[in-house]
Amino acid sequence: MTTAPAEIATRASGDRPAGRRRIPVRHKGAIAVFIVPFGILFVLFYLIPILQAVWQSMLVVEREGTFGEATEVFGGFAQYALVFQNGPFWASVVRVLTFGIVQVPVMLGLALLFALLLDSPLVKGKRFFRLAFFVPYAVPGVIAAIMWGFMFSPNLSPFTALTQNVDFLGADLVLWSIANVVTWVFVGYNMLIIYSSLLSIPTELYEAARLDGASQWRIAWSIKIPLVRPAILLTAVFSIIGTLQLLAEPQVFASFSSAVISTYTPNMTIYATASVPNSSLAAAFSVVLALATFALSFTFLKITQRKDAAE
Amino acid sequence: MTATTAMPGVVGSKGAPRARGPREKLMSRTAAMLVMAVFTLYFLVPIWWLLVASTKSPGQLLTTPGLWFADFNFIENVTALFEYRGGVYWKWLGNSVLYAGLGGLIGTLIAAMCGYALAKYRFPGREVIFNVVLGGVLVPATALALPLFLLFSTVGLTNTFWAVFLPSIVSPFGVYLTRIFAAASVPDELIEASRIDGAGEVRTFFTVSIRLMSPALVTVFLFQFVAIWNNFFLPLIMLRSEELFPVTFGLYTWNSQLNQIPELRSYVLIGALLSIVPLIVAFLALQRFWRNGLGAGALK
Repeated sequence: MTTAPAEIATRASGDRPAGRRRIPVRHKGAIAVFIVPFGILFVLFYLIPILQAVWQSMLVVEREGTFGEATEVFGGFAQYALVFQNGPFWASVVRVLTFGIVQVPVMLGLALLFALLLDSPLVKGKRFFRLAFFVPYAVPGVIAAIMWGFMFSPNLSPFTALTQNVDFLGADLVLWSIANVVTWVFVGYNMLIIYSSLLSIPTELYEAARLDGASQWRIAWSIKIPLVRPAILLTAVFSIIGTLQLLAEPQVFASFSSAVISTYTPNMTIYATASVPNSSLAAAFSVVLALATFALSFTFLKITQRKDAAE
Repeated sequence: MTATTAMPGVVGSKGAPRARGPREKLMSRTAAMLVMAVFTLYFLVPIWWLLVASTKSPGQLLTTPGLWFADFNFIENVTALFEYRGGVYWKWLGNSVLYAGLGGLIGTLIAAMCGYALAKYRFPGREVIFNVVLGGVLVPATALALPLFLLFSTVGLTNTFWAVFLPSIVSPFGVYLTRIFAAASVPDELIEASRIDGAGEVRTFFTVSIRLMSPALVTVFLFQFVAIWNNFFLPLIMLRSEELFPVTFGLYTWNSQLNQIPELRSYVLIGALLSIVPLIVAFLALQRFWRNGLGAGALK
């Protein structure tokens, strides 16, 4: 049809890039049978909800009395003005950004370190470590948060000597206790992505360096890390998205710590606002958060690509 | 996987400066193993603690050292959990299996049909569909929860089984992965041969192509299963009736009542353990399928 998407398609699917003449479409019925079920579900549960949320965010609710019938009228960007004036929402955005600036580099640094160690001749029992580090990823975020909530609690923790003296669930530290839960769950997963990428590097690339007497650290730093950069960037983008969307872990921690308020993260703010119920404002929060998530991952990719070009 | 592991002593053995002797090599190796050992403890101790805690009577939870067993009370704990409030925990486990298991299966099949058609047939609009689906891959599940809630409340279907089940079976990532895989692993000649034998297109898919695609299908199913099992925002915002909860959400509600009902604590712990054991076993057994999916993700 058009050339630009066709190029993407040939890259993705490995089609023959043969000339695209207009051929009559065969097997129309079969194609419909294959595509329509997914198509309907995708339209119903992706496209329509997103469009409806955007529409809802443009509405202003007017109520007659507290429990009166609600009437919704078009209010343009009125909700968005409220979003930008909403202190708790922006406090929650700043909170998750602070979280991400520290947690994402720590988590990916550890994942990279473990992947490099697994790929080096320094470590024995690779299979065991790979499995052991991956196990936490099988634990759902809610369960992981419950477990760590008990581990941090002053009376139930197996490390009471520590938890009775350091208030892990207090206002100062609870954000980092939550960061610990997220790190615990996802390090092994990210390690596996980077490790898979390391395995695909042909070993001949190291051999020359080895003959020249380069140490493992030097090989890792100068050869391996630059080559797995795309995998690291991929994990970084997923982690940035995950950070902005943080919900389950802090929501669970709210029952361990009074410092975790109902507007602790943007998604908790959305949930709290929807429960009021103030659907329009919640929808506007959602749209802003989705746009911010997209903008941040996109900016991150652009910056790193520009750095690539400069090198 | 083993290609890089076979030469332990090779570093610095040829033409290396004399300073890098065996002593330094031993030090690096010890340091590396030490790091791995410390982090093994970090990753496994919480699970070990949960395992130990679930064998203790509620009284001993607080009075005995956390990392070692006291009186073995595991069976009693499990029985008590299963009997608590008319066995609601069973109900939750069943719900999770339905949402994640059945939802994952149907979702995988639907995604596979679409991915297969996108890979194997040429028709107008194909690229548009693929690009829209690709955009869908980038939308996180949590970002969809509120829009889905608004949609389901307009049709009055919140707090129903379908409110969680139906949105869960849509997997754009599955379409993406099966399209790549079908293009690479289902030869056109085979489909042609099947046509000559007189089989219809749909029948060919279900008898021939789907078998060739099975490794990708397992991967898609795993990803989908985990995504549904771990989805928290959707049940949080949709469900009010306890009998509809998936198990993770049910445990969350118990956990948040701990301050009022402290005896729930041992149910939360044993329930958490029972709910993750099957997941851990499945994960470890199927690990190679994860790597397939992760590889395809990194391919972008």
